[in-house]
Amino acid sequence: MHDSGQLAAITAEMADAIVAQQLSAPLIIGIHTGGAWLAERLRAALNPAPPLGTLDISFYRDDFSRVGLNPEVKASNLPVAVDNRDIILVDDVLHTGRTIRAALNEIFSYGRPERVCLAVLIERPGRELPIQADVVGQSLDLADDEEAKLSNNGGDLALNIIQIGKAIAGKIA
Amino acid sequence: MTPTATGDAIQFDRNGKLKHFLTISGLPRETLVGILDTAESFVSFGKREVKKVPLLRGKTMVNLFFEPSTRTRTTFEIAGKRLSADVINLNASRMSTIKGESIVDTVRTLEAMHTDLFVVRDSASGAAHLIAAHLPEHVRVVNAGDGRHAHPTQAMLDMFTIRRAKGGFDGLKVAIIGDLLHSRVARSQIHALNTLGVAEIRVVGPRTLIPTEIETLGVTATSDMLEGLSGIDVVIMLRLQRERMDGQLVPSAQEYFNRYGLTEEKLRHADKDAVVMHPGPINRGLEISSAVADSSRSVILEQVTNGIAVRMSILATIMGGSEERS
Repeated sequence: MHDSGQLAAITAEMADAIVAQQLSAPLIIGIHTGGAWLAERLRAALNPAPPLGTLDISFYRDDFSRVGLNPEVKASNLPVAVDNRDIILVDDVLHTGRTIRAALNEIFSYGRPERVCLAVLIERPGRELPIQADVVGQSLDLADDEEAKLSNNGGDLALNIIQIGKAIAGKIA
Repeated sequence: MTPTATGDAIQFDRNGKLKHFLTISGLPRETLVGILDTAESFVSFGKREVKKVPLLRGKTMVNLFFEPSTRTRTTFEIAGKRLSADVINLNASRMSTIKGESIVDTVRTLEAMHTDLFVVRDSASGAAHLIAAHLPEHVRVVNAGDGRHAHPTQAMLDMFTIRRAKGGFDGLKVAIIGDLLHSRVARSQIHALNTLGVAEIRVVGPRTLIPTEIETLGVTATSDMLEGLSGIDVVIMLRLQRERMDGQLVPSAQEYFNRYGLTEEKLRHADKDAVVMHPGPINRGLEISSAVADSSRSVILEQVTNGIAVRMSILATIMGGSEERS
């Protein structure tokens, strides 16, 4: 998926769907790293452009005692208070739901938002928690050994479908 | 009970991941940089509504201090609590070591109560290594100062403070001034500064307080304060440890201050942007003047604040698992 092509069309549709949620003075929060890229695109498509925050959920992951800390953990940055605010939480792929669970926990450590609306570029099977998105760019019926991953080549976003342990199996551009 | 007898390999698990934090000696540069980078992302936590992350939820951490301490013990306690660990403080005065129990037996007793992590300070060099060598595989140990040997978490928070003040380590000239002989902090700082690649380390103090073998650690030694300060970017003052002095190592407090006490006048010989550090507690008018300690050049209180984020980073680094990330 390239910005100029299909990906741009999908993010434009997502922005419309976000507007339809009728959020008041929302804060848009992207989850590092793919969600942060996507949140930036969605923010630019919204009018007025909401304040943009980023979240690194490394400290809230549930696999710390197995795999330890992510060595490339980045600081989370929420530019405005989350208390009583509507929030658009953005990630690239909704898969097991564990990342979103961690992100919600982190958001609540900053305060109590009024409402959290989840927007994802790709929704795929494999949920392990009762979590669903409010805004979905595209549903992909990926197999267990397939992974969808957003890449950023100098500001040019592309979504790659990777067969685990193998080369790129497909690409949406 | 020499630390090298047990070897620094004890610090790593079978996957090569850091599992104890006992000494900086032998740790690779990327491990130190990783701890500093992670600490950077913990800095903002002090400003959140909820100052906690759930990384060590359900874990029990025991602060085992056989020597008095205020800031080290307190910042470890805060660091543990911000990571959601249950933190227990045990002080030597109430401890069963007074009743004759050995340090290893004391620790084994506490481990039998399902402690996951020990933070240990002791007046004997190598105490933390000894404890680490006698505990089961899953228990972690952090050295919070052992005798004259090492104080690695203090050195890491000093490195963090230097990096924040100076932006990095390349080309930096660092002077460590005062009682090098009794200072475990200085030893750990020298290892860290060399590993992180500063340009020059000078140690400055009276000959009676500078160990004769110190230049083998990769530093230059001088007893001339002004020569030592010349062109320096980072001035690290050490506390004159009067409680450790059993002989006549220093002629008088006044004479020590005249020659080695850091005053604004002496500081003029350092670089104009030099910062002043001190691990605390400071002896005003003995190793540092109040004017310098309270000046804008001083980052002494930043060191204390940074101690929380750096200790959170170290605890999170050693307590995490080492299986491959999926």
